[in-house]
Amino acid sequence: MFNTDTLNALRRLLLAMADDHLIIGHRNSEWTGLGPILEEDIAFSSIAQDKIGHALGLYSILYEQLGEADPDTLAFMRNETDFTSCQLVEYPIGEYDFSLVRHLLFDVAALIRFEDASHSAYDPLAKLARKVKGEIKYHVFHASTFVKQLGQGSEESKARMQSALNQNMALALGMFESFEGEALLVQQGIYKGEAAIRTAWLGEVGAIVEEAGLKMPDAEKLEPIYGGRKGFHTEYLQPLLDEMTEVFRIDPAAEW
Amino acid sequence: MYGGGYIHDDQKKKPEMQAEDPVLLAEFEARIARGEKIEPRDWMPADYRRQLIRMIEQHAHSEIIGALPEGTWITRAPGFRRKLALMAKVQDEVGHAQLLYSAAETLGKSREDMINDLINGKSKYSNVFNYPAKTWADVAVIGFLIDAAAIVNQVANSKGSYGPYCRALERICYEESFHLKQGHSVFVYLATGTPTQRAMVQDALNRWWQPIMHFFGPSDKMSQHTETLMRWKVKMASNDDMRQQFLSMYVPKIWEIGLTLPDPNLKKNPETNQWEFTEPDWNEFYEVIKGNGPCNAERLAVRRASEERGAWVRAALKRADQHYVTPLA
Repeated sequence: MFNTDTLNALRRLLLAMADDHLIIGHRNSEWTGLGPILEEDIAFSSIAQDKIGHALGLYSILYEQLGEADPDTLAFMRNETDFTSCQLVEYPIGEYDFSLVRHLLFDVAALIRFEDASHSAYDPLAKLARKVKGEIKYHVFHASTFVKQLGQGSEESKARMQSALNQNMALALGMFESFEGEALLVQQGIYKGEAAIRTAWLGEVGAIVEEAGLKMPDAEKLEPIYGGRKGFHTEYLQPLLDEMTEVFRIDPAAEW
Repeated sequence: MYGGGYIHDDQKKKPEMQAEDPVLLAEFEARIARGEKIEPRDWMPADYRRQLIRMIEQHAHSEIIGALPEGTWITRAPGFRRKLALMAKVQDEVGHAQLLYSAAETLGKSREDMINDLINGKSKYSNVFNYPAKTWADVAVIGFLIDAAAIVNQVANSKGSYGPYCRALERICYEESFHLKQGHSVFVYLATGTPTQRAMVQDALNRWWQPIMHFFGPSDKMSQHTETLMRWKVKMASNDDMRQQFLSMYVPKIWEIGLTLPDPNLKKNPETNQWEFTEPDWNEFYEVIKGNGPCNAERLAVRRASEERGAWVRAALKRADQHYVTPLA
């Protein structure tokens, strides 16, 4: 039904989305046992599980529909340069302010992506997106509730939220790096396209930031940090992959 | 998971047993004897309250500290299935801490006070978490055998006399049964896997056997627990009985799969129907309680650091127009 170029672009899209979700889920899971309050510990862990589950869903489409390797092989056996996750998700969790703002910026984009994808002309993606978007609504709700509370909390929490927002913004704009064949997907109603998602994202994030009493950095004046979609990564991704695959690599042929 | 049978009570710091109104006390004991539950607003002897706070608090601490050794393997779990299951499992444990702190708060000690006592080393938690989880196979042994041991203890305690604790334990036991399945599955895959995998799980078993034998606490003959605690249904089963029950349920499973346990004297005596074993090193047990185990310092340092790093979040969420409310149990 789709030609080779379209299918290749579709593979790129699904892989980038899957890698983003795998890496952010892995990062968020690092808060388990270390959260600032028990309830937040539980929330971050729960959201991390959803992300890993969404990554699995996306890798499964690549495996079952598009002839790629199985999800464990895709996640645990590829080289760093084969990952097309954006650099935003690679950064270490840092302090809670950084992780929370990243969670907001990532999830608002994820919700726009999946809401649009639920009408995709590519049926397997549409089906997955219809299931996933309901979960991501809660992720956005969680992030925005906390950003608003902390944005209007103490002097320290306001300052921390603002600086985390400034720190994250150029990285977050890197989520919308275009990829080869993207235009084909937009033409055929498979995907909304990065530019359109970015515009919608700026509007929604801007509204939350304003409600939180924070100042939205001027996206037009920032240089987005691209590269991730082409396999260029920060120094943080390789150690993350080393850790993630430490047990799996003992014997990749073994059943674990 | 992890109450553990042994609840530390420093005898030197123990206050004198308070004299209670004999009429109220008799009424209270009669209610317990009839199998009724005691609820937060009911009259209770001061020592009953003190013992319960101590027990539930130590149980809650065990859950959050217990999340640390397993939590370090979430980022290294091999494959999606294991990663997702372990994340969910450890999240449950933190959720148990939340339930248990709430149950303890109904007795009048705030979560903040309990956590402060934990990070200051004043309040204890289960000794097993002061041992390192060195390899992926430790996740199997913890999830299978330590959760199983905890279930033995918690099922007994869920029939105790304090309503909020019993209700929390019922929910906890339900979730623990899934943890045991998760641990058992990892355990079986390793035990029936490649020679490397099998060696990993045997090594983990050898290292964990003594902490597991310690888990239920010293023999009741050596233990200072009074019969009052049993009469008040604070403590529901003896350490020896729980250990015997655990051995009966799990040693055969370990042997069946072809693994060994590092105690040549471990066997069931067909005449007495009791398990015989080499006494674990109780000296080490008390040393670990005192803070001298392999990971005590590290565990508390991690907990303390995360409390300090999160202090600004908690401070910012505090609202001047709202004050502390004891949770409804």
